Amino acid sequence: MTMELPHSFSIAYPKETLRLSARHADPRTELRAVRIAIIGLAVTFLGIFVVLPLIVVFAQALSRGVGAYVAALGNPEALSAIRLTLLIAAISVSLNLVFGLVAAWAVAKFEFRGKTFLVTLIDLPFSVSPVISGLVFVLLFGAQGFLGPWLASHNIRLLFAVPGMTLATLFVTFPFVARALIPLMQEQGTQEEEAAISLGASGLQTFFRVTLPNIKWGVLYGVLLCNARAMGEFGAVSVVSGHIRGETNTMPLLVEILYNEYQFVASFAIASLLAMLALITLIAKTILERHLDEGKPSHDH
Amino acid sequence: MPGFGLTMGLTLTWLSVIVLIPLAGLFIRSFELSPDQFWAIVTSRRTLNALRTSFGLAFAAACVNLVMGTIIVWALVRYRFPGRRLFDAIVDIPFALPTAVAGIALSALFAEKGFLGAPLAGLGIKVAFTPIGIFVAMIFIGIPFVVRTVQPVLIDLDPEIEEAAASLGANRRHIVWRVILPSLTPALLTGLALAFARAVGEYGSVIFIAGNLPNVSEIAPLLIVIRLSEFRYADATAIAVVMLIVSFLIIFAVNRLQRWAQTRALML
Amino acid sequence: MTIEVRNLCKRFGAFAALDGVDLKVADGELLALLGPSGSGKTTLLRIIAGLDWPDSGEVLFDDENALLRNAGERHVGFVFQHYALFRHMSVFENVAFGLRVQPRAIRKDEAAIRARVKELLDLVQLDWLSSRYPNQLSGGQRQRIALARALAIEPRILLLDEPFGALDAKVRKELRQWLRSLHQEINVTSIFVTHDQEEALEVANRVVVMDKGRIEQVGTPAEVYDSPASAFVHGFIGESIELPVQVEDGGVQLGGEKLDIAHIDARPGASRLFVRRHDMQVGPAGAGVLQGEVAHVRKLGPVQRAAVVLSHGTTVIEIDAPRDRELRPGEIIGLNPRRYRIFAAPE
Repeated sequence: MTMELPHSFSIAYPKETLRLSARHADPRTELRAVRIAIIGLAVTFLGIFVVLPLIVVFAQALSRGVGAYVAALGNPEALSAIRLTLLIAAISVSLNLVFGLVAAWAVAKFEFRGKTFLVTLIDLPFSVSPVISGLVFVLLFGAQGFLGPWLASHNIRLLFAVPGMTLATLFVTFPFVARALIPLMQEQGTQEEEAAISLGASGLQTFFRVTLPNIKWGVLYGVLLCNARAMGEFGAVSVVSGHIRGETNTMPLLVEILYNEYQFVASFAIASLLAMLALITLIAKTILERHLDEGKPSHDH
Repeated sequence: MPGFGLTMGLTLTWLSVIVLIPLAGLFIRSFELSPDQFWAIVTSRRTLNALRTSFGLAFAAACVNLVMGTIIVWALVRYRFPGRRLFDAIVDIPFALPTAVAGIALSALFAEKGFLGAPLAGLGIKVAFTPIGIFVAMIFIGIPFVVRTVQPVLIDLDPEIEEAAASLGANRRHIVWRVILPSLTPALLTGLALAFARAVGEYGSVIFIAGNLPNVSEIAPLLIVIRLSEFRYADATAIAVVMLIVSFLIIFAVNRLQRWAQTRALML
Repeated sequence: MTIEVRNLCKRFGAFAALDGVDLKVADGELLALLGPSGSGKTTLLRIIAGLDWPDSGEVLFDDENALLRNAGERHVGFVFQHYALFRHMSVFENVAFGLRVQPRAIRKDEAAIRARVKELLDLVQLDWLSSRYPNQLSGGQRQRIALARALAIEPRILLLDEPFGALDAKVRKELRQWLRSLHQEINVTSIFVTHDQEEALEVANRVVVMDKGRIEQVGTPAEVYDSPASAFVHGFIGESIELPVQVEDGGVQLGGEKLDIAHIDARPGASRLFVRRHDMQVGPAGAGVLQGEVAHVRKLGPVQRAAVVLSHGTTVIEIDAPRDRELRPGEIIGLNPRRYRIFAAPE
């Protein structure tokens, strides 16, 4: 997020005028004491609620030394959880990437009635509690669910197995790519695509040669956020997973299990991997945001 | 432009399979209950307490975030201090950090032997495994909402407005309370609503630090999970529907608010 | 109230916005600060208002040091180019704002505030918009409300920063007249900044022409137009023909040839001859200080604008001649400057 201070607040007054204006409180900014108090409050609050928890993760993970930390990560259960997390994330991100591109194209390049409604529907998973996101799949595929008996009779296990967990993850990560792309593509308009078509390009050619290069930063941004959510999702996957050790535990689920068993170092060790993922995501996000800011409205040719 | 039929078709199909059908299933399931059954589930003592805990504490936490968020965004936008950019970046952490990680971190931090829990226990305040713990976790996850919603509006605020007020004789207090904050009101309320909505549905960050004692420190999402594990699908469904209806009402209110603000040219 | 500015200097980094400005404003006069961008006119206005502070110099209101007070205490009404109306308040509340934030001791009661706001809205003829919001008003209406708001606090001075700059041409002309008649009615010392010379000449009692942080000339619109004090003023105000000439003891030379004009009190050396386009009298070929061939002619309202290639060198000038005697391309004509000034050429 690029930030600029309003110009009038960055002017430094020469000493004489500071003396003059100090006699009468300058209405253009707060008293120094108030400024310090506000900054102090903000920094303290963020320090307590954001910085400390982060530090705790790493402190606890390393509380028995680096050896214990590495051992915890090398544990077969841990490795299996990491593998599963990566697998589910890979599937979710790829599928939602394709969907996101398709949906963004439909919404941004065409005018049709009900567009706002469609966008609201796409945004739906964002506003639903993760537990409810998992619940809906249990209701669909569970033993007492709508498709439960049918699935059972065909010996297909969706719930308490990887497919169900993937579906739940698809649900919660659904909007990310589309949300990143739709405003970007709307801003870029249709002129370049129309030019390409008038020059004889087919739809697909236009998409790959004209549209895609223009939205590449948006795509990366959407994929980044989608991946972060996919790997970190807890509530929805928890409901759907059955918590079968070694089989249906993703990293967040394993964190919970280990914590409840008082295996703190192991739990925090895996948590630290997720925390590092979060930090990398944030750094990459900041960098990408700068590219996105620069990229409007003219793009590289 | 080519491809409308194909892309719309694919979009609607994917949307239906992943989102709409599952959600529809939820509502169909809820219609299987008679209104009396629905009412009985929702108003049972344990359910009511869980809903009260979730909504009440979420609202309180959102209010705290409203106040602190305003202070934070003011400091980030209006002042310069060492580390400002860093603090701006960390505002997003509650958003990016997986909820389970946040949950165990907060729990360890505020536990009786924890770094913050110990001094607080010395003062007689127990945070972990009490409603206060839930409150703390809900504050944590709501932090980015007020800040990020208000930030662009505050940045875009025309300095001439403040100069105009100053030239009309307003002192700093007047300018902040009568001119700046009122023009931020739509953004503030939107941030409040978003923080509230997020906190109500939050699960992972909360269950580790909450006591999870029925009727005392049990949040509604947890009750849904418990009912599911008991195979009481109907109960789980009913509670979920109540939560969904409230969420949708909030989103609806936020949209209306934003549209009203646009008519006053207060938000883009 | 009188305003006096003495030796005001203000720099922004390496850029000198004001470079030793002296000015006296009489009580009740309507003064225009006119100049191109970067001339320092807005900086000067903002310093008088208390929205900016000078590096050195004095500002006196009725012989009292105004720099001891900040903007709110100086009792100045300021109207911004982009109005700066409070978007979340109605028109009524906007105008009432200055009255509502007064210290309790002098604050009027609600009824008095209402009366005063109504009085002001009547003055600007927008009483019927009282409960609307700024984004429901047109640009011209917003500017009038901004003016009403500034007048609410009974300011001793009224300062306007390019008040009509953001409006379209027709509205601008209307509001110019309106401002002039309003000023005659309320008679408050007023200063307005503009880069539009037509506006300055039409509205103000006196015009201050500024360039590069300095005052080039102060005078009535007639003085500034008819007797420009410097090359800059001559070139900035009205349309001028500018010819590079050489001044020597013997006379004025253009392109090596002596011109048959008096060189008044111009100093010897490289100089510029300034003539207004319509001050170049057209005569028959051979009879005139300058000779030239008409390149092309455009009919422009009451005049014909002709591009003439001078026989002295290959300079092309544009003149405005009356329409009674039509000029034809290719025609050779003689030119006599009725009125002219000669200024030293810039270094």
